Amino acid sequence: MEYILIIISAIFVNNIVLSQFLGICPFLGVSKKISTGMGMAGAVTFVMVVATIFTYLVQKLLLAPFELGYLQTISFILVIAALVQMVEIILKKVSPPLYQALGVFLPLITTNCTILGVAIMTIQKDFNLVEAVVFAASTAIGFGLAVVTFAGIREQLDLLDIPKGMRGTPIALIVAGLLAMAFMGFAGIVK
Amino acid sequence: MNQWNNFSKGFFKENAVFTLLLGMCPTLGVTSSAINGLGMGLATTFVLVMSNIAVALVKDFIPDKVRIPAFVVIIASFVTVVELTMQAYVPSLYDSLGLFIPLIVVNCIVLGRAESFASKNNVGSSAIDGLGMGLGFAMALTILGTIREFLGSGKAFGLSIFPEDYGMIIFVLAPGAFIALGYLIAIINKTKKTA
Repeated sequence: MEYILIIISAIFVNNIVLSQFLGICPFLGVSKKISTGMGMAGAVTFVMVVATIFTYLVQKLLLAPFELGYLQTISFILVIAALVQMVEIILKKVSPPLYQALGVFLPLITTNCTILGVAIMTIQKDFNLVEAVVFAASTAIGFGLAVVTFAGIREQLDLLDIPKGMRGTPIALIVAGLLAMAFMGFAGIVK
Repeated sequence: MNQWNNFSKGFFKENAVFTLLLGMCPTLGVTSSAINGLGMGLATTFVLVMSNIAVALVKDFIPDKVRIPAFVVIIASFVTVVELTMQAYVPSLYDSLGLFIPLIVVNCIVLGRAESFASKNNVGSSAIDGLGMGLGFAMALTILGTIREFLGSGKAFGLSIFPEDYGMIIFVLAPGAFIALGYLIAIINKTKKTA
């Protein structure tokens, strides 16, 4: 039951993009087409789960016992940067098709604030390892859901006659606002 | 490039938020009130200036291949400085900005300026570039924060202008952030084209 609550809360109620404002850059950047949106969502899911496990272990095994809490930001970002690089190298060797699909998105992920954000949130919420993994995976799914939905709407937007000043980013932001409003409907289901 | 241009480009011509669309997460996330926007803007300005100076100082010693990780470590150190300072002296602001303070590390503006400006220029111009860019960012956040606070709760910087009951609460919540910024950018685009 606890896990179901975490999952629903992370995907719908506290959607990482639309209600927590993390990962807006990739959300606006890769959402011009559904296929690129899917690619990014896949890469984010993969890296987020792995990164959360590693940062969790760093926190519990190194930072907490030696009282180095103030090094959290530095050590987490280093772990994530190294991890992304490693994932890229391993994928290239082990699974070229997957690398082809996700490759271009991987370097962008280091500066994607969702990864660092989730890593820090897991520690703040005091999850255990299993809960942390569930939380990371469902947050990533929430990100994917938002990006893919948004990309679908944007594909249709191209066909419309939009006033000049509103074209491009402004209309995209307003659409995102309406989408966020729709997601607000989930508020209150879970705390 | 003369130093005044170098400083002022961050406000209008290359404003990080309105024209380059960098650093959107804190822009949308913390601007539910003007004071939060200003606080976040100033914190980012400090990190920008210090990391630009540091990067400009050490750029000749860092091998090209490990450039980015080295920059990230420099930035993360200054973010930690800001985080601890804010926690000690302005705990209420620290609480309301929350997660977004450590996330200055992954703010694309900071890394972007380190990579595209400070790694190629001397210390003086890098500091001025950082200051201009940072204050331009702070300005954008304050404007957006003021608009949202005013429409949402009838206040500006905490001062009541019209009764809170008439406020459109949606502007303080998530959707209002997207919509307010969307219209703001649309207005700026419009004035730019006619000018």
